Formats: sequence, structure tokens, C-alpha cells
Amino acid sequence: MNMTGNQLWWLIIVLSIVSYGLKAAGFVFVGGRTVPPTLERCMALIPASLLSALVVKDTFTTAQDLVLDARAAGLVVAVLAVWRKAPFIVVVLAAMAATALVRAVS
Amino acid sequence: MTESDTVERKRVVNASLTLGAAVGVTALSFGLAAVSAGASVWQACTLSFFTFTGASQFSAMSVVGAGGSPAAAFGGAALLAVRNFVYGLVLAGRVSTNDAGRRLSIPRRLLAAQFVIDETTAMTTAQSEPRLARTAFWVTALSLFVTWNLGTVVGALAGSVLDTEALGFDAAFPAAFLAMLPSHLRTSRGRAAAATGAVICLALTPFVPVGVAILVAVVAILFGVRP
Repeated sequence: MNMTGNQLWWLIIVLSIVSYGLKAAGFVFVGGRTVPPTLERCMALIPASLLSALVVKDTFTTAQDLVLDARAAGLVVAVLAVWRKAPFIVVVLAAMAATALVRAVS
Repeated sequence: MTESDTVERKRVVNASLTLGAAVGVTALSFGLAAVSAGASVWQACTLSFFTFTGASQFSAMSVVGAGGSPAAAFGGAALLAVRNFVYGLVLAGRVSTNDAGRRLSIPRRLLAAQFVIDETTAMTTAQSEPRLARTAFWVTALSLFVTWNLGTVVGALAGSVLDTEALGFDAAFPAAFLAMLPSHLRTSRGRAAAATGAVICLALTPFVPVGVAILVAVVAILFGVRP
């Protein structure tokens, strides 16, 4: 982490306000109205595009470098676990265990 | 209320409580991961209490752990939180009234808004009967809020006394994101957006500040433009 503790506090405060604001804007202020279908289709794709980007970032990059290290073993195991429809915690623990194992032997 | 109503209500309450337990376990891994990324126990807990939306929390801490700027960490997390706005639109018609059909007071609606997330939306919209939908919303909301925060405390405390690097806690992040992904890959559009987002992120990483490649990856939502 390069951020100071204070910067991290500010991030937490601003993120909390914005995420509550988004929830309340839809639920309390705009209410049962609909958004244009194109916008709705695009917004529905935000998790798919960001989550997969986060998966590869957290596995194959360290700061600005592309790397292949013990985390890749974790990802392979996690893919298998998700494919076998394992519960969330099993996916996470299996990935951690595989990564720790590769680190221990290398 | 008839007997079948009671049975139905029990089924909804049980399902909501079970989901709460499962989410508590996810929160454990969030607490561990947040501390391994450099947050204090208090920071992890504050994030869970006030932000209360898992994917955004994981995303913010993932960029923080990688050494990204506060702005980059905020951007990705806020984009992921946009879907709660859409959920709010959907839930407003189902949860804003009480069983007597009267609109909830403003303070109560403002309280309910904090609980507008993936799980409450899924549980509420799965009920066809309005009364059951409201039960599903509130039971899921309260059980998740309790287990999410408890799980975070326990995970963060455990993470602060363990050797996070040797135990592979950093691998909890990609695994968690991966586990959240399948429901978004059911459509060909979703798969195209996911593949494109991943490619953009890897291609840009060497050339842009840490965390910014994640933000640019969001252009993959343009697959939604074509009807």
C-alpha cells in the first residue's frame, strides 16, 4: 500500500457517501421510474467488465508489471472450484491454499 | 393469515437467514483481504458498515493493496456501486409501502436504502406475492447486515495476527471476484464484456497508473448499446 492511513480514511468516507447516495437515489428519490433501455443494458454489464478485469489484475499484475507467480496457481484452482459450483468460501480458501503451497515450495 | 401463508412466510425467512450465514463467510474473507491490503481493523469495519456493498469494497481494497491512488480505488468501486442505483429503482415499487398499502415514512425509506444490494434484490424479486416480497427484503437486509459486519470484524482481527503473505491472503481477491462473476456470464453480451474487460486491463496495465486500467476496462459495457 502506498496510501497513507489518512488517505485511506478519506477514501472510505467518500466511497461510503457515494455508495449510499446511489442506493438512495434509485430507491427513495427516482423510485419506480424506468431508465432508457440502452442505458440499462450498459449498466447491467458493469459487473461483468469490472469483475473480470479485477480477476486478471489481481492475478497477473504487480503494480505496473505483468507477472506470472504463485497467484496463478490460486486462480487455476479457483476456476476449477467455481466450475464445480463450490461455495464462495471454498473457492477463496482453495485459491489461498494453492498460492501458499506454491510459495512454500518455491 | 391462512396456514399456507405461514408456511410460505417461514420458507422465505429460512432462505433469507441461510443467505445471511453464507454472506457472513464472504465477509470473513473480506476482512482478511482488507487487512492484507494494508487497511486497519477499524478501516475494514467502517467500510463494511457504511459502504455495505461487497464487490465495491473488495475492488477498493484490491486497488489500495496494489499501490493505486485513492482516486483510482474510488473510481472502480463507485462504478461497481452503480448497479445498486438500478436495484433501487426496481425495489422502490415493492418495498416502499407497508402491509396496509401505506407508504413508509421518509426516515424508514432512507434506512431501507442502505440495504439495497445484490442479495436483497434477488430475494425480494423472487417473491410473487407483495407481502412475502417485503418479508424477504427486511429479513435478508437485517440478517446480511449483521453477518456482513460480524464476519468483517472476525476476518480483520484474524488477518491482523497472521502472516498474510505466506498464507496466500492476496489470492483471496481474484478468487472472490471470480466467484462473483458466473451470474454475469449467462448472456453472450455478458461474456463479451467480461472477456474485453480482462483484455483491456492486461493490455493497459504497463502504461497507466495503478488502478486506472480497471477504470478503462469499463468501456466494455458498450456491448450493451446494440439492442
